[in-house]
Amino acid sequence: MQRKIFMLLAVAALVSSNGVISFAMPAAGSGAITGKVTYTGTPPKMKPIDMSKEPSCAKQHATPVSTENVATGPGNTLEFVVVYISAGDTGPSEPTAAVRYDQKGCQYLPHVLPMQVGQQLQIFNDDQTSHNIHPLAKVNQEWNKSQPAGSPPIDTKYDKPEFIPVKCNIHPWMHGYFVVLNTTHYSITGPDGAFSLKGLPAGKYTVTAWQEQYGTQTQDVTIGAGETKAIDFTFKALPY
Amino acid sequence: MTLKNMLVAFALGSMALLSAGAGPGFAQESHIGNLTGHAESGKQLYRRYCVGCHGPDGDSNGENAQWIDPKPRDFTLATFKCRSTPTGTLPTDQDLYNAVERGFVTTNMPSWRPLTPQQRADLVAFIKTFSPRWKTDKAGTPITIPAETPITLDSIQHGRVLFQKMECWKCHGAAGHGDGPSAATLTDSKDNPIRPYNFAVGSRFKCGETNQDLYRIFMTGLDGTPMPSFADVIQPNDAWDLVHFLRTLQPMDTKEAEIWKAYVAAHGADLKPIGPDSAGGGK
Repeated sequence: MQRKIFMLLAVAALVSSNGVISFAMPAAGSGAITGKVTYTGTPPKMKPIDMSKEPSCAKQHATPVSTENVATGPGNTLEFVVVYISAGDTGPSEPTAAVRYDQKGCQYLPHVLPMQVGQQLQIFNDDQTSHNIHPLAKVNQEWNKSQPAGSPPIDTKYDKPEFIPVKCNIHPWMHGYFVVLNTTHYSITGPDGAFSLKGLPAGKYTVTAWQEQYGTQTQDVTIGAGETKAIDFTFKALPY
Repeated sequence: MTLKNMLVAFALGSMALLSAGAGPGFAQESHIGNLTGHAESGKQLYRRYCVGCHGPDGDSNGENAQWIDPKPRDFTLATFKCRSTPTGTLPTDQDLYNAVERGFVTTNMPSWRPLTPQQRADLVAFIKTFSPRWKTDKAGTPITIPAETPITLDSIQHGRVLFQKMECWKCHGAAGHGDGPSAATLTDSKDNPIRPYNFAVGSRFKCGETNQDLYRIFMTGLDGTPMPSFADVIQPNDAWDLVHFLRTLQPMDTKEAEIWKAYVAAHGADLKPIGPDSAGGGK
């Protein structure tokens, strides 16, 4: 009986969330939320990666590349933080262009790739070695495909929002993330820690910042028509 | 969204559920040939035979689990190694039924042939209640396996080229001993260490023992493990060549081994070694 009630609520929720999408037209606005992501405390030292087991990749890097799980910039900025509208968005618009993910020099480029639910994702192997691309999805279905040198790109998409760690089992140092979002409004920080969410209609939004090691932070922001508001996120960094 | 809209949506949702979900077909079933398994019956069997390792919630946290390596399957993830379906899809009921019947050699999962076929079908139905994915997704379409090509020297030699080119040796090792350069670092999708198959042991594969099973293993991949699918990058005839070569790595009296032994005895010195410094692995 309990399970039935739960199912009832789940179905009701499904219908009502569909309702939101059909009632509210995705309105283009001119408001924006911008800001910077920084840290306090001591982040862990990023370690140089030893690629000697894969000479074709090692020789592509004059100096060894480092791990990227906490990538920082001058002025305590944090790179690879995904900032997005997690509530208040008026329904995502259809994704248009495909997003591209590269395996190059035995690294994932970009390290973190944000995309929309249903957006076409193309995965390229630019290396002279085989990779197996293994996104460890839990909400979406996990898969694992071999992509030898010179193979055509893998064409795929994700149907549900999720933060998906990506790894290559052949080259255990390769780590990345697919960040699948249910919004059109997202931004990923560069080395300067800056983000900018543009084209927002007036309204009340919840903005979430996600960092792979330090998790998420949220802030509520209300903007008027055409208004630009600045907010900052600060993560507490631990050295381990 | 206004309160009124929400109420309307809730009412619509409730009605949709009552009309679609409340019938007797709501319970989870499995269909294997002309057998129909029922989750309610499977639940009793599960509590008796499976719960010790797979746990009451199907999440692989049974009381024996901490002593077991490799770990029991976590049914809540709905990720399965032995499938006839492409990577990233649910297995068929038949796949799960076969796995229960066959057991997993070199692990703690025994063969459940002592149970009746009906009981095994009931267990499959119950296992499917642990993940909501069985309600939202359909099982994948089984891959097509063309008729096996003749076992010839050419086929074996080409298989060896593929073993080099597809970089099977990175994990399975140049001689198939499971000792390739990446082998030591391998983990499954739950971060537990995992070993690649050692062909020199000659044991059955976890997902079967025939040439067809071997074909299926690398064309579907073993989801949840480091073993990827090669379906997009190996053509069907080439896949049979790889099967024929892989058989030569096993210490068994197969036709493949016989042909290959004779060839290596005469021409072994001409063979380029498999591995990082080899241009092609071929002649």
